[in-house]
Amino acid sequence: MSDNQNDNQQADSQARECSQVDLDKRNFLIATSAVGALGCAAVAVPFVKSMTPSERAKAAGAPVEVDISKIEPGAMITAEWRGQPVWIINRTDEMTAELAKYDDQLSDPASDVTSQQPEYCKNEGRSLKPNLAVIVGICTHLGCSPSEKLQRGGDMGEGWTGGFFCPCHGSKFDLAGRVFRGSPAPINLVVPPHKYLSENLLLIGVDTEEKA
Amino acid sequence: MTDKNKSALSSALNGGLNWVDARFPLTSNVKAHLTEYYAPRNFNFWYFFGSLALLVLVLQILTGIFLTMHYKPDADLAFGSVEYIMRDVPWGWLIRYMHSTGASMFFVVVYLHMFRGIIYGSYRNPRELIWLFGVGIFLVLMGEAFFGYLLPWGQMSYWGAQVIVNLFSAIPLIGPDVSEWLRGDYLVSDATLNRFFAFHVIALPFVLVGLVVAHLIALHEVGSNNPDGVEIKKLKDKKTGIPLDGIPFHPYYTVKDLVGVSVFLIVFSAIVFFAPEMGGYFLEANNFVPADPLKTPSHIAPVWYFTPYYSILRAVPPILNSQFPGVAAMGLSVVAFAFLPWLDRSPVKSIRYRGMLYKQWLVAFVVSFLVLGYLGTVPSNIWGQFGAWMGGADRATVVARIFTAVYFLFFILMPWYTKKDKTKPVPERVTG
Repeated sequence: MSDNQNDNQQADSQARECSQVDLDKRNFLIATSAVGALGCAAVAVPFVKSMTPSERAKAAGAPVEVDISKIEPGAMITAEWRGQPVWIINRTDEMTAELAKYDDQLSDPASDVTSQQPEYCKNEGRSLKPNLAVIVGICTHLGCSPSEKLQRGGDMGEGWTGGFFCPCHGSKFDLAGRVFRGSPAPINLVVPPHKYLSENLLLIGVDTEEKA
Repeated sequence: MTDKNKSALSSALNGGLNWVDARFPLTSNVKAHLTEYYAPRNFNFWYFFGSLALLVLVLQILTGIFLTMHYKPDADLAFGSVEYIMRDVPWGWLIRYMHSTGASMFFVVVYLHMFRGIIYGSYRNPRELIWLFGVGIFLVLMGEAFFGYLLPWGQMSYWGAQVIVNLFSAIPLIGPDVSEWLRGDYLVSDATLNRFFAFHVIALPFVLVGLVVAHLIALHEVGSNNPDGVEIKKLKDKKTGIPLDGIPFHPYYTVKDLVGVSVFLIVFSAIVFFAPEMGGYFLEANNFVPADPLKTPSHIAPVWYFTPYYSILRAVPPILNSQFPGVAAMGLSVVAFAFLPWLDRSPVKSIRYRGMLYKQWLVAFVVSFLVLGYLGTVPSNIWGQFGAWMGGADRATVVARIFTAVYFLFFILMPWYTKKDKTKPVPERVTG
């Protein structure tokens, strides 16, 4: 028998030994790997959670008071609430009269998507007072702030009855923040919770108590 | 120096090299990747862009390190610190313009590098993994560019980040939570800026360098493709085992690439010194205004290298009150490149041996990429509106929709037209 054959035989017997599965060892390895994976997942939790809004960010959402006595009819002001622009638009009577005339061009004329306004603003003008609209000026498409195009016509073309135009992706909204069909924005602008503290003082961030 | 001294010196050097080689595979690596890495002898103009991409990566890392020495990742200080770099830091303006120009030039060379891969079929078997690592590099590069763009904290930085982060909220169910998690706040804020800085300077550069290494390891495993798309490893010298059409990468291609580097640096310097803003395409005017969360600029557009995908996002209308289709189409338009190795059914690799049918589709794709790229830089009402017969739709939007369809058809129909295409016979050896 040559050395070579000898080597081969040795290798064969080793291979046979190796092919005998030690089930205890295998189960032990599976269990260790599983515990290890679980540990990794557990350690990942604090890292992932550390990226969520901090306590300080959560605390920054206090309501704001706005004096609305100085808004001319047909004009608007922008207030800041939770870092977002909130428009307060003093619509003229002609403007409010226009609101009912183009329902067929709107995606959601009757404000049926409940997440976009409080229950007390589910009406024609999406407002507490018919003339005063309070709207979060953040496009429901991708979060840009639309530009004001309050007047008729202008660079918005014939047939524009006043509203807002989002410069980012061209979404169009009317003076009640309702989105025109064919815009990239799928739903109406948000009407924030708000209430009137007096004739001239508006509080944004707190709901008006429902009349029972 | 006398001969005796010379031989003493060279034996000392050899001794040093032997000492290293016994502890680290220096000589064998230099051989494997440079002096005995055999590349096809027929590389042309298109083969400059791989090495140029590596050069720009080094430039970006180098200039980036020096920028972090002066930059402040804080919403109150960021904008001012960038202006401080531009005005007060000695040579700061140069380093910053090199970094901002480098970002755009990175995409220029990477797009040309990708186009090379497409026309010569470099993604085909056995180079699928090289291509996939490359797509990974492209995606990470887009992330780098996006995170970096927030750092100057200008108006475009702010609203660009607002839009991109909100893209994630379009994902059904988990979307809003995901984008809040990415921002770390209810709106883009200091928390967002701080983490984008961390991604931009630590996390993604590590991933990027790792992918580049994987890209090169895979390339050197299978060998480079060439403009003829023939495998040079099929025909080897019987004695030496060296491919008949192969030449050592060093010195032949290192010297060739140095010519490319020289020309590139001339162009690069010309931009840095004479047109660093490139008419608003490399650095946008609105980004010289500090971020204002209450006011979106009247026209916002991403930097030029994102505009084709941005056009696709704008072109797809919402379906069932959801903007998800547009976002999904945009994501798909980028990821589509990853599927090329499996969509291409042609018996030949290189455009030199393809027929008219493929060439027409390729031209259609390039034209749609460029038109979508242009439309992404302008407002959607730029060409006015159609009359009532089209429902008064914006002309530019309709054009963008048509080219979006062509863009996707290039990929979707590829298995069909590459198979049906009348190809020419491929030679045994590389030509010219």
